[in-house]
Amino acid sequence: MRRPFITVAEICHIQGETMRYIRPLSIEDAVGQLAGSAGTAAILAGGSDLLVRMKGGFIEPDLIVDIKAIEGLSEIKETAEGFSIGAAVPCAVLGESASLKKAWPGVVEAANLIGSKQVQGRCTIVGNLCNASPAADSVPALVAAGAKALVAGPSGKRTIAVEAVPTGPGRTSLAKGEIVEAILLDKRAPRSGDAYLRFIPRTEMDIAVVSAGVNLTLDEQGVVKSARVALGAAAPTVLLVDEAAEALIGRKLDEAALERLAKVCAGACRPIDDKRGTIEFRRKVAGVLARRAATTAYARAGGK
Amino acid sequence: MAGVAVSTTINGDHVEYLCQPDETLLDVLRDRLGLTGAKEGCGTGDCGACSIILDDRLVCSCLVLGAEAEGRRIETVEGMAHGEKLHPLQQKFLEHAALQCGICTPGFLIAAKDLLAKNPDPTEEEIRFGLAGNLCRCTGYDKIVRAVQDAANVMKGA
Repeated sequence: MRRPFITVAEICHIQGETMRYIRPLSIEDAVGQLAGSAGTAAILAGGSDLLVRMKGGFIEPDLIVDIKAIEGLSEIKETAEGFSIGAAVPCAVLGESASLKKAWPGVVEAANLIGSKQVQGRCTIVGNLCNASPAADSVPALVAAGAKALVAGPSGKRTIAVEAVPTGPGRTSLAKGEIVEAILLDKRAPRSGDAYLRFIPRTEMDIAVVSAGVNLTLDEQGVVKSARVALGAAAPTVLLVDEAAEALIGRKLDEAALERLAKVCAGACRPIDDKRGTIEFRRKVAGVLARRAATTAYARAGGK
Repeated sequence: MAGVAVSTTINGDHVEYLCQPDETLLDVLRDRLGLTGAKEGCGTGDCGACSIILDDRLVCSCLVLGAEAEGRRIETVEGMAHGEKLHPLQQKFLEHAALQCGICTPGFLIAAKDLLAKNPDPTEEEIRFGLAGNLCRCTGYDKIVRAVQDAANVMKGA
């Protein structure tokens, strides 16, 4: 029999308003919900990228999985191995952790450059990583730091290098149902320091035109023992520049080493050319920033 | 109506509401609860006009889902005055004419309240950095900064 009217629930369905919001209490439940979802599923931590994309109509998730109620995800844990920063920890909290700031000042200064005070209260480094913007501020610092991503998924947990997560602008290597649960940072070796710098046309609250993260460990004589150099907004994904690290290792950060570092970094860039910066400008500034970040990291490591 | 049932605390009061899963907390405050102090400027977290304090953190309510407020503590500009008695920041904004069109003002007041709660004696530079997430197209910011400095002095003496 034909009914004369349709119900409100049916109208909602016709209009496509079948979106579900869930707040699981365990990572296993969150993974299961994501893996079992039929349509578009989105993970919500700080929401500073997701809600903007929803507002702009770039994504209409059928399922939103809010991970903030999952036990442990809102904590920074310090263990014998180092630090574990949960996926739901706002960047502002990183800046309030004295021990994290002391061990990894470059990572913290990068995380604290994302957005305003208001955005800092919500945004997370895992979100910054998984949003996969080439200009993400925390990512070059994390890559320089040798950070790992702890990934939970339908077939269990795995730990991968941070640089293995983004595969292109807005794209990641994560499979359906996988969640980056935490970022892992090693315990600091003695005489180590890191630093992150970016270029923006204003004094703050802007997106990096180009950026550099440097992480160094020195020997007792102040000679660079190990180094990692990463560049942001210089290619479709973050660049880990091995040759730049080699320019520093075995040296005391003399003028020749810094010159070589700048030259290698400029050469490693594959940047876009747009109104915010030309290719030539981005290459040159990548070298300058790497040089300055290396100088700061060296001083933080106690080098003179 | 299919919706998410939320139980939360707003300006000290227990509040319950139903909202859609994709509805922002800003829309819930304004359209469902009649709390129109928080304004929608950009809707993308750039202007700060919708600033609120969520569990002691300053956030843009346009970047929070209404559904996320379950069990949390929200402070909005409506909770700043006590009856007829204005909060010192509100009083000083008036005295210093730190507003013109007024759209950004609730966001500035809440952001300044959060700033002074964490740093009761900020320098001018700290105030400018602390309020950098709030945009004002009328005042040129100087009067706002002076109002916050003056309010900080009053609140320290209180």
